[in-house]
Amino acid sequence: MAMKYNWDWSVVLCRAPEGVATGTGGSAAQLPGGTSAFAGGAAQTFDTGAHCAQPYFDWIVSGLGWTVVVSVFAWVIAFSVGSVIGVSRTLDQPWVRRGATTYVELFRNVPLLVQMFLWFFVVPELLPKETGYFLKRQLPLPEYWTAIVCLGFYHASRTAEQVRAGIEAIPRGQTYAALAMGLTPAQVYRYVLLPVSYRIIIPPLTSDFMGIFKNSSVALTIGVLELTAQSRQIAEYTFNIFEVFTVTTVLYILITLIVSTIMRFVEKRLHIPGTIALGGN
Amino acid sequence: MFGAFDYQVVIRNLHILWDGMQITFLLTGVAIVGGILFGTVLALMRLSRFMVLSFVAGRYVDAFRSTPLILVIFWFYFAVPIVVGQPIGDLYSVLIAFTLFEAAYYCEIIRAGIQSIRMPQIHAGLALGLTRWQTTKNIVLPQAFRNMVPVLLTQAIVLFQDTSLVYVVGLKDFLTAADLVAARDNRVVELYLFTAIVYFLLCWLGSLLVKRLQRQYAI
Repeated sequence: MAMKYNWDWSVVLCRAPEGVATGTGGSAAQLPGGTSAFAGGAAQTFDTGAHCAQPYFDWIVSGLGWTVVVSVFAWVIAFSVGSVIGVSRTLDQPWVRRGATTYVELFRNVPLLVQMFLWFFVVPELLPKETGYFLKRQLPLPEYWTAIVCLGFYHASRTAEQVRAGIEAIPRGQTYAALAMGLTPAQVYRYVLLPVSYRIIIPPLTSDFMGIFKNSSVALTIGVLELTAQSRQIAEYTFNIFEVFTVTTVLYILITLIVSTIMRFVEKRLHIPGTIALGGN
Repeated sequence: MFGAFDYQVVIRNLHILWDGMQITFLLTGVAIVGGILFGTVLALMRLSRFMVLSFVAGRYVDAFRSTPLILVIFWFYFAVPIVVGQPIGDLYSVLIAFTLFEAAYYCEIIRAGIQSIRMPQIHAGLALGLTRWQTTKNIVLPQAFRNMVPVLLTQAIVLFQDTSLVYVVGLKDFLTAADLVAARDNRVVELYLFTAIVYFLLCWLGSLLVKRLQRQYAI
């Protein structure tokens, strides 16, 4: 099939001219990073013949950096909130359990993109006036904070389910034994249930982290210039879509491979002898 | 803030939202059917004795599962018109993207379902004189799909939520329709809350259905 297309792999290597500072912050500031999903398309500087009109390589690097930063911070929230919710679902108090279950149902049954909009557009309106004003006008990089919080709380519902499954996989006898030895319920969780369950659920937690990493691309809808957003921007500037998207896709696959290789090693080190690991891949 | 809360705006624009919801349903339906069909082919390829087939299917699944859905949507949105040589419209490029993307996830579910069928059943089928394909078609797949119904439905709920991502290419699904009304009437709070409630109710009812089926379909 004859395709009308000018291949040019060098666009992805375009660097800024000497002396012009670009970096993670620089390229985020110099671009019209509005709240619209079409922020990139609105800019009028198309690359018509003038090769390397923009430092596309630096855009990709900056996008990759933001993807990693947003994912890691979101994971910290997901892990801590998810652990609390997951533990709550295994407690004896019915109202604590019901609260935790409601959290999981709520955050699992609303699409991530809708949650992103709720955090970014709706929450500041429903808060007291000063707080809302702070979130919208005074907080630096509001899109980035919103994306981290939203992704974190969204994935916490998934982490909670893994933590709960891990705790429930431990035979009840261990809890009874620990209680009989005089440990308080809190100590039973701290010293018996949690250390074992975290070790069991490493594989599903790993695929959860990959989920956060991939879902961080949803943040582009509120103006976060992460990897996917930057690659779309370059695609719209240069029309060299195959080259740009190939590079981005390869980067995502590479990071997935690296993380899963590291985690397989960690999993082997922390494997509890005589057990079969729980689910996941 | 609640003083200015105007729920009438939702009622006034219900027809626009319903048009959007129909696109969402269409996307979900096509992606489920296409995804399961192509996913079954991929799963059979992965379990095939021919190394080439299982290798190709394996790499396909790995690649799609480590790429964000939004990036896949962009790929097809930008690249398909160039490959085909003419514009094909948002809807078709998105339909292709969803079908191919979901097939990778369905493949893994179906593969697990097929592997849950015990080997002696296959041996018995072959011993009775059935060909390999007849054994697969008449013995393995019917039982595998019966085992898989709850997981397939759970994936369908995930897929239903994922279709909201077509917002990034401006296809008028339920969320995009709500977003357009919100921007036009400056009623962001009401419309996004309404969208969230509708998605929540549909997905929550779906998950209750899955729980019931899980009890009914257990072999």
